[in-house]
Amino acid sequence: MQVSSRGPGEPRRVAYLYILPALLVFGLFVLVPLARTAQFSLYEWNGLGSSTWAGLSNYRDVFTEPQLRGAFVHALVLIVFYAVIPVTLGLLLAAAMSRAVLRGMGFFRVVLFLPQVIPMVVVAIAWRQIYEPNGPLNDVLRFVGLDSLARPWLGDYTWALPSVGIVGTWVGTGLCLVLFLAGMSRIPRELYEAARLDGAGPFREFRAITLPSLRGEMAVALTLTVIAALKTFDLVYVMTSGGPGTETTVPSYQVYNNAFLLGRVGIATALAVVLTLIVFVATVLINRVGERGER
Amino acid sequence: MTLSITRTSTRLCAAAAVALLIGACAPGDDGDDGDASSAPTAGDVATDPSDLGDVTLTVWDQEVREGQTEQIEALNAAFEEAYPNITIERVSRSTDDLRTTLRLALSGDDAPDVVQANNGRPEMGQYVASSLLTPLDGYAEGYGWFDRFPESVRALASYSDDGATYGEGDLYGLPQMGEIVGLYYSKSKLAALGIEPPETTDDFVAALQAAQAAGEVPIQFGNSEPWAGIHEFGFVQNQFSDADTIRNLGFGRPGASWTSDDNVAAAEATREWVDAGYFVDGFNGVSYDSAWQAFAQGTGVFFVGGTWLVADLTSAMGDDVGFVLPPAGASGSHLVTGGISIPWAIPANSDAKEAAAAYIDFITSSDAMTAVTEAGNLPVIEADQQTTTGLQSEVFAAWAQAGQEDLVVPYLDYATETFYDTITVAVQNLMGGQSDPQQFLDTLEAEYTAATGS
Repeated sequence: MQVSSRGPGEPRRVAYLYILPALLVFGLFVLVPLARTAQFSLYEWNGLGSSTWAGLSNYRDVFTEPQLRGAFVHALVLIVFYAVIPVTLGLLLAAAMSRAVLRGMGFFRVVLFLPQVIPMVVVAIAWRQIYEPNGPLNDVLRFVGLDSLARPWLGDYTWALPSVGIVGTWVGTGLCLVLFLAGMSRIPRELYEAARLDGAGPFREFRAITLPSLRGEMAVALTLTVIAALKTFDLVYVMTSGGPGTETTVPSYQVYNNAFLLGRVGIATALAVVLTLIVFVATVLINRVGERGER
Repeated sequence: MTLSITRTSTRLCAAAAVALLIGACAPGDDGDDGDASSAPTAGDVATDPSDLGDVTLTVWDQEVREGQTEQIEALNAAFEEAYPNITIERVSRSTDDLRTTLRLALSGDDAPDVVQANNGRPEMGQYVASSLLTPLDGYAEGYGWFDRFPESVRALASYSDDGATYGEGDLYGLPQMGEIVGLYYSKSKLAALGIEPPETTDDFVAALQAAQAAGEVPIQFGNSEPWAGIHEFGFVQNQFSDADTIRNLGFGRPGASWTSDDNVAAAEATREWVDAGYFVDGFNGVSYDSAWQAFAQGTGVFFVGGTWLVADLTSAMGDDVGFVLPPAGASGSHLVTGGISIPWAIPANSDAKEAAAAYIDFITSSDAMTAVTEAGNLPVIEADQQTTTGLQSEVFAAWAQAGQEDLVVPYLDYATETFYDTITVAVQNLMGGQSDPQQFLDTLEAEYTAATGS
């Protein structure tokens, strides 16, 4: 299609008028705070008194202070639990569900999607109780004779972070599943019939037809879940307060902790800016990969 | 042409907007320069609130536990009845929530009129340094608070006006209750073990061994909200270090060291007790509330806890619960962590300071101390004039002894602005077996020396 320097219809400048209301709201509540955050990150400020110019030293601290760097490492681990596992599980479940005609299909779909509907704080409180030293999880383990596996899950230096991650998996899988099921219903039945006539088995069908057709949905699912992993706050805040030690701190929790508890607003905002950039880059990358496949 | 002009002007606009934002004043400098000079002198304090006209008094408190809500609601109602021209708007939050929202609230123009601000350096110290709280000395003279509260209590909420020196200077808040972190024990369990409440560290260790041998959980403990660790380690340290050392460390004053022999002994004892299994299994994964509830329901012989639990534990355990000061160790005295409950202060940006002072006077009066007692708490003053029974009388006796023998030492997180974070993580790591006593003490010493320059 030929692109003229000036499209048909009304003069372009009027368009700004149309988007003005939205732009005002967007500017006031997103752009201005973002710019202020970026500005704060260049100062040393306790959130109360006057501030001193700090240049980029807050950013240096974000990358050199072991506790802050550790938070990003934990976020990477959480990506596995929040994004990689749910997308994989969602795909497998969706493939299985779309093949078999199951009685009560709607029921299972609702059950798997339910965690998405529950507020995260409620999820966190429920799981905290499950993980308690004398909670249901350990009770079950002891009942079946696996006493050696029972432990204070959220107080254990090795298991606290995976325990938080598993809750993320539990929440995210339903979303991925529903997305993939919707995507699969779009795939023409004829494709599968043709493949079957050509002698393709279920695995081949999945690889040659289902997977490529779902590229768009996978991009959406990954974007949502990766962002959820990077910005995790509620689960950590309610379940562990970043503990034991600093084993489960994540960037968002450190932003909160530094800004509101420690009075290190400069560091907190620098951390927030870095986190925003990481989320931005991750989103762009995932969507690039998703789009490339569609062409 | 039109297009390029539009583009240029758009760019100009964007550039101007960015310049405006960046050029906007540096954080913290906007608005008035915290004008604390509005603090009154003794002469102009009106001590009759009924002359103030119609006032709405916004009060932010954290009195959410059972006995606390009861007493503050009763006092608020009595205050409104005595002064119908003043309406109280109460905003109550948990300690943590209040702490996080207070920063923004104090620095805003529309600040509350009375707030509870934790007296340690991380909170009150920072607020004072930024001129966000009103010095109360003028009101104190008008209302006679200097006579009502002993020096030792006032010192815990006093700062120099730059916030640098803690423990002297102007008065910035008044507490309602006293607080000590002592040793709760189950009377029936001790009786079954044939043991008296422990007087010395040796007694205590013997009791722990006996409890363990009898299949009981010796010490109930929950440290997933990590501040409980400050109390637990303080409880051990009180048995090994002397009062001066702990006070210097706690108030962030030069002259002590975290790596001294007595502190090494305290840290090593903490680890030994963990390794010996004296603390409940998995304490790093147990919340504070679950822990004391488990103790109340019969799991655990001892529980290290503050006097804020008296009302809750009395209603859960009745006569089965007792309270003593921490056992005496090397220092020979029953040192106990504590001081005052979170004091009531007046923000500098309050628009009803006179009424606020009247309110604080009201809730710390003799009548109020009786109300505090009746709701099951420990009043900070005049405790000896109250009539009490059961657990409460044991707590009052312990508090009286601590006052007479000068046994109260400060919470360790008062020390520096970020010490709360440092020590909570450090105690979790020490008790979780992630760091040895030496690493634990080195971490604390590094921050202490950096802050005190000693």
